[in-house]
Amino acid sequence: MKSTISNTLQKLSRRNEPYVFLVLMLLCVLIEIRSGQFFSSNNLVDIASAFAVPGLFAIGAFMVIISGGIDVSFPALASLSVYATTKFLLDVNYQGGVWLAILIALALGAILGAFNGLFIGYFRLPALIVTLGSSSVFKGIMQGALNSKQLTVIPIGMKNFGTSSLFIAKNPVSGLTSRMPVAILAFLIVLFLVYFLMRYTMFGRGLYGIGGSEISAHRAGFGVRNTKFIMYVMVGMIASLAGVMRVCMMQQAHPTNMLGMEMNIIAGVVLGGTAITGGRGTLLGCMLGTLLIVIVENSLILIGVPTSWKSVFTGLLIIIGTGVSAYQVSRMNRVRSVETVAKEVV
Amino acid sequence: MAEGLLRAVDIYKSFVGVQALKKVSFEINPGEIHCLAGENGSGKSTLIKVISGVYSPDSGYMEFGGKRYEKITPIDAIQSGIQVIYQDFSIFPNLTVMENLAFNSELADRRKIVNWKRMRKIATDAIAKINFKVDLDAMVGTLTVAEKQMIAISRALMFNTKLIIMDEPTTALTKREVRNLFNIILKLKERGIAILFVSHKLNEVFEISEKFTILRSGELVATGSTADLDSEKFSFFMTGREFQKKTFVPLNVSKEPIFQAKGIGMKSAFHDVSFDLRRGEIIGITGLLDSGRTELALSLFGIRPIDHGAVLVNGEEVKIINPQVAMQHKIGYVPEDRLSEGLFLTQSIADNIVISEIDSLANKIGILDHKRRSEEIERWVRELAISTPNPDNACQTLSGGNQQRVVLAKWLALNLDILILNGPTVGVDIGSKHDIHGILQKLAEEGLALLIISDDLPEVLENCSRILVMKSGSIVADLDAAKSDEKTILSYMM
Repeated sequence: MKSTISNTLQKLSRRNEPYVFLVLMLLCVLIEIRSGQFFSSNNLVDIASAFAVPGLFAIGAFMVIISGGIDVSFPALASLSVYATTKFLLDVNYQGGVWLAILIALALGAILGAFNGLFIGYFRLPALIVTLGSSSVFKGIMQGALNSKQLTVIPIGMKNFGTSSLFIAKNPVSGLTSRMPVAILAFLIVLFLVYFLMRYTMFGRGLYGIGGSEISAHRAGFGVRNTKFIMYVMVGMIASLAGVMRVCMMQQAHPTNMLGMEMNIIAGVVLGGTAITGGRGTLLGCMLGTLLIVIVENSLILIGVPTSWKSVFTGLLIIIGTGVSAYQVSRMNRVRSVETVAKEVV
Repeated sequence: MAEGLLRAVDIYKSFVGVQALKKVSFEINPGEIHCLAGENGSGKSTLIKVISGVYSPDSGYMEFGGKRYEKITPIDAIQSGIQVIYQDFSIFPNLTVMENLAFNSELADRRKIVNWKRMRKIATDAIAKINFKVDLDAMVGTLTVAEKQMIAISRALMFNTKLIIMDEPTTALTKREVRNLFNIILKLKERGIAILFVSHKLNEVFEISEKFTILRSGELVATGSTADLDSEKFSFFMTGREFQKKTFVPLNVSKEPIFQAKGIGMKSAFHDVSFDLRRGEIIGITGLLDSGRTELALSLFGIRPIDHGAVLVNGEEVKIINPQVAMQHKIGYVPEDRLSEGLFLTQSIADNIVISEIDSLANKIGILDHKRRSEEIERWVRELAISTPNPDNACQTLSGGNQQRVVLAKWLALNLDILILNGPTVGVDIGSKHDIHGILQKLAEEGLALLIISDDLPEVLENCSRILVMKSGSIVADLDAAKSDEKTILSYMM
């Protein structure tokens, strides 16, 4: 029994999640000590609400990175599909619920994702190059063909969805209130679905397999091209859903508002222990890493760090965090090679 | 030929102008261990890929169990009971043993949902077939090469397998692991499973196989029973050249030793090692894998510095604490694993040759003298007969033997006094091996002092003037190569 516990501990110490969790807790406690505001109910709800959209993006980025690819186009993709959706619904003066907006955005997301998937999956072009290119293409379509400008009015269905809340948390000290947006449900549903997909379907295990060795995956009988293609379609849909949530919560459609988020999102995923080379990482770690970034971005103000310094802190966190994971990996490799040599010498 | 398991008849295959296979016929029976040999580029891999359905032949046909196919798909091949174990084992290093074992059959059953319990059962059954014990939850990347190979074999046996094709299965294995592999192959044979074993290692061909087929430049040059084959014939079939064994005779041995080791040791690796090395001499150091031979080589070059004793170069004591110091004293080291340690594979051959002497090719202000650079490159490509159309090609386009020559060139360009070689011909085909031996002997005649660390006993006997045998970290014998044989050396090694 004792040995199984120490075994489990040893296995845990080689994983990344406990460290990210520890850092996360330390940061939270630090903020709490300095401000006394962190663990207040309204701040926690605020963080959850700020987490919904980056969380969705991170799930998509996680799938891509696990498969050994990389996607820098998702903010542009989300912006384009949600902007087109909003504009269309405004033009036809749509008065119905948010569901149509979500459906249209999902369909557009699937098409745009298929564009990435076609070049990366079927034509086997490098994912970074393709998504850098498609990112420009999506931005170009939005700014050129759709002549995008800020839409301060959004369809009534989206507006209502954005203002409706699951519950309202009130801070008994300051009297401030925060709403838990319904959008958090969209995030939780996607999180659950992708967790199931990655763990309990051959498709998900195939993504891990492809990330580990594409040739082996092909020889084992995975449809590598199809798997990649479908994954990029899914990622396009998830990103578009995130876009809709963002617009609803902001109560306006801003064409460039989401652009530039890709770096922090990818950093969060890698921070959470997902190997940038593909094949290794868990959804839990990915969520923890993203949460860390979101908290740094949103809560530094609570300990008196001016918002203008925010990016410096985020940057430092990324460098230290990814540095630690890189060190972990190299340490593991060293242990492994020593073990291997020991085994071979016997 | 009713009992024949597989027959490939008059196979032709060409790739953009290169004729990879010319009228090759091949046959294997159930429970037969058949060795397919040939140098790099002889068409071995192409033949395997034709048999397993990856390539379709330009003409010719195949028969599996009496059924004739003009053309087969990989699925046909698997359904006919053919499994290929590639050199990289087709594993997923990032996943568990269990998943690595179960994926193929789950995919073959067209399952969409993962049932972890069922996967565990599949994996348990698979490893039980060859009595292989391993933690099913271990990440495959953390296993040894031999264990990875066992996984690949277990996986191949999950289907109704009649023929297993193994592509150079022994390349990265220790002697003990090779023995273990051979035992498993023999057990598979008892079950009527045929094994097609791709190798160019002479001793393995003789030890394990009953039949052999040798290809050269895409043509079948010989096939038959291994009992009728001897090593001279084997070399001739492989290369088309006759080799005279040229046993090394030291000619210009200097009086004073250029290098002396006096009671050197390194904690938990070797201890009390002493020897003298003179110009024009080739000393062989041999021993089992755990004898400390590799650690000794690394220490002499300063990668893992010694903590006992003294090293003298030209009679003066030198503290070799890192490779830079070793290089200052004109000591060079050609590593065992030339691929990972000695070469920048994606860089050009030219750059690899001049990398270690790059400082001396620059003028006073540090700008590279391109004329001298190309002269140097030309010189070494010519001198070591590196066969390449263009030295600007990437190093990875070369065959194993030629890569080894590039590593040699890189060091020789420094005008060394002492060259340490660790396993100089591991993974090199016979022709190149012979050429490399020739080069080493010529270098010794020109006044270089060489130290060869190798467990290839014929190599040591043929090329060295003296042989030091190591066991458990110390030298147990100092033999005159001309007066010893493999048996004597082995008796000291074990």
